[in-house]
Amino acid sequence: MNADFWHAYARNKGAVVGLVFLALVVALAALADVLFPGSPWDMATAPFQPPLSDDAPLGSDTLGRDIASGIAHGARVSLLIGLTSTLVAVLIGVLLGAVAGFYGGRVDDAVMRFTELFQTIPNFVLAVVLVAIFTPSITSIVLAIAIVSWPPLARLARAEFMSLRTREFVQAAVTTGQSNATIILRQILPNSLSPIIVSASLMVATAILLESSLSFLGLGDPNMMSWGYMVGAARTVIRQAWWMSFFPGVAILLTVLALNLVGEGLNDAMNPKMARRGRA
Amino acid sequence: MTLLSVEGLTIDLPPGADRRHAVEDVTFALEREEILCVVGESGSGKSMTAHAIMGLLPKAVTVSSGAIRHHGTDVLSLPEKQQRALRGGRISMIFQEPMTALNPLMRVGDQIDEVLRYHTQLDRAARRARVVELLASVGLPEPEHLRRSYPFRLSGGQRQRVMIAMALAVQPDVLIADEPTTALDVTTQKQILDLIREVQATRHMGVMFITHDFGVVAEIAHRVAVMQHGRVVEIGRAADVLNRPQHPYTRQLISAVPHLIEHRADFARAGAPLLKAEGVSKTFHLGGGLFRPAKTVVAGEDISLEIHPGETVGLVGESGSGKSTLGRSVVGLIRPEKGRILFDGTDLLALSRRQFRPWRKHVQMVFQDPYASLNPRHTVGDIITQGPVAFGEDRRTAMDKARRTLELVGLDASALTRFPHEFSGGQRQRISIARALALEPKLLVADEPVSALDVSVQAQVLDLLEELRHRLNLSMLFITHDLRVAAQVCDTIAVMQRGRIVEIGPARDVFSTPRHAYTRQLLDAIPGKAWSIPEDLTPVRRRGMAS
Repeated sequence: MNADFWHAYARNKGAVVGLVFLALVVALAALADVLFPGSPWDMATAPFQPPLSDDAPLGSDTLGRDIASGIAHGARVSLLIGLTSTLVAVLIGVLLGAVAGFYGGRVDDAVMRFTELFQTIPNFVLAVVLVAIFTPSITSIVLAIAIVSWPPLARLARAEFMSLRTREFVQAAVTTGQSNATIILRQILPNSLSPIIVSASLMVATAILLESSLSFLGLGDPNMMSWGYMVGAARTVIRQAWWMSFFPGVAILLTVLALNLVGEGLNDAMNPKMARRGRA
Repeated sequence: MTLLSVEGLTIDLPPGADRRHAVEDVTFALEREEILCVVGESGSGKSMTAHAIMGLLPKAVTVSSGAIRHHGTDVLSLPEKQQRALRGGRISMIFQEPMTALNPLMRVGDQIDEVLRYHTQLDRAARRARVVELLASVGLPEPEHLRRSYPFRLSGGQRQRVMIAMALAVQPDVLIADEPTTALDVTTQKQILDLIREVQATRHMGVMFITHDFGVVAEIAHRVAVMQHGRVVEIGRAADVLNRPQHPYTRQLISAVPHLIEHRADFARAGAPLLKAEGVSKTFHLGGGLFRPAKTVVAGEDISLEIHPGETVGLVGESGSGKSTLGRSVVGLIRPEKGRILFDGTDLLALSRRQFRPWRKHVQMVFQDPYASLNPRHTVGDIITQGPVAFGEDRRTAMDKARRTLELVGLDASALTRFPHEFSGGQRQRISIARALALEPKLLVADEPVSALDVSVQAQVLDLLEELRHRLNLSMLFITHDLRVAAQVCDTIAVMQRGRIVEIGPARDVFSTPRHAYTRQLLDAIPGKAWSIPEDLTPVRRRGMAS
């Protein structure tokens, strides 16, 4: 990353705020064991303690577990699932999209029909079904989220590859005898990365939301504390103890917002020509 | 009173641009009954000046001083509403690319009607009659029918005629034409130039004609203004500027103009041909799918051609004539469905992709657009060595060779670690040539290698190609739409029309005694053929070529 890039990125103030907040969430996740030693599932204090009580700054839940500790440990799960599932989705999507866009013709037809198959099924329903079939665990959740979110990336990568394939520098690579693999990986891929990175950064946010929704429905990994689980578990007592669902909910909201801001900032920095004008 | 006068016009560029002023202290006058050509290379400020007159400057760019007077009134000091009435009314403009200047979703008749509605009091029926009359006056066939066509149905020349009809709708006395023929084929260009000249004469208008082509200037200008770096460096009567240029920059530009008459020695063919194409045919199927038939375009029909070692064969023709298709078939980017392409006796078309690969080394290509043909994310060193490395050379040797190749094409070895965007168009084209030469090919296919370059840079690149082919005994297939360029570098000329070679022969014969009617038509359409570059400026640079 060079100075120009950061200069362009920093022009979008919201993106800087998003990045700072995201760094805080990452730090919280990394330091969870130091800040809140012991398992977040352990009873720390009496149940139904409101925020700002002695042993529980954000209150405790129906079983006396510390909400603050749950949020810190939950940050790990959210970030881990958000990042890995996006990574898997990017791998699948870019691979299929690249092959479809580069080779075109029948290969393209086949890959695109396959992609459409996934696009016709509602995302969340498919994810629920997949997790339910494979029993909830970190791996099955990551895979389920990746499987429902790769199609848009495949389409994006395909469009980029289709337009770049006809560019003269790619034809020059063909005439200088470079292999298809070299052309795809060294010539086209680096030039198609900017929009892919931008939409992947936004996809992390969607993945975190998906994970939260799954946990809310009780389809989270039973061994991992997660924000969605906390909101889900507290919903029955939302009128008596608002803090149990409020703080994890705010954590989800702010993290997703931060990721969206970062995605927008990346977009402005990487596609300077398309950056919207007139913004401070 | 002067029709249009530009006085001390200075236009500021936003801070951070490569120079402070787009246009600096420009003064000229346009009278009734004259065509003033404004000539210059890209970035000289000629379009900026026109856009300032039309109020089309981008937001970041501002006029900082000077005046633009139309019949004595300063246009820039008028209120916005009156400025608008003036533009499109008394002063109108036509653009380079008529496809993008016309609204693609509106019938052409309606687009002209719109202009009349804003600027005149005519009622519906009268406007309609006027539209038909205008379309007829710019030489369009069946105006009553054509009025209801959408722009995409028309050819490039027809679209430009519609643009002119639209510009003439409200009887302007000033017409600004910004490179109106640059995107057109040479025969269409001739028709449009004739039309502009005729319209100017019959309507007693003043025309400000912006161009980069001295041939076009010689064809239509009454007076000429030459611009460089935002300043007018020379202005005067066409005959004076063209035949007795005073300013060194004008002299340099004129001496770089490619010109038709070249006294080059006939090429003596020796030995077996290096490349021999026999009956090559290619048809493209466009659109089409499972349920609808595809549109077919014949890009090559029964093409036969020979290139001998050391020979340069020029492939000339208008857009869509199939010249690029043949070039791309030779380098294996397109697979023709019929015919044979024999290279050193081996039929390249019979080979599979894998079998073809070793031959790629011997046949290399230089592309048209120096901005699109270099990967923006690779260093020049990478770009040049990728080919040799793909053929198994180790990176260090390849880099050493790349250094020598760069020097061969006239660039410093320090370029190796830099990225393409740090170079100018001409330098990029040199890099592109270096990439092709790095594989030590026997045949170079050059597809319009100079048509995206300014005329002075164009001359340098042509000189380089000429020098290289002699030094390395290269054979070359040189594809161009510009007969003047072809005349300078080619030993043999093949003229293509609608996928066929209609005439082929030694360059001198084709130019002096063309046999086919189409060749004669092409030669006749070359702008400024009546003008010859003044004796003292005929370049000495090609001395090596004359016998």
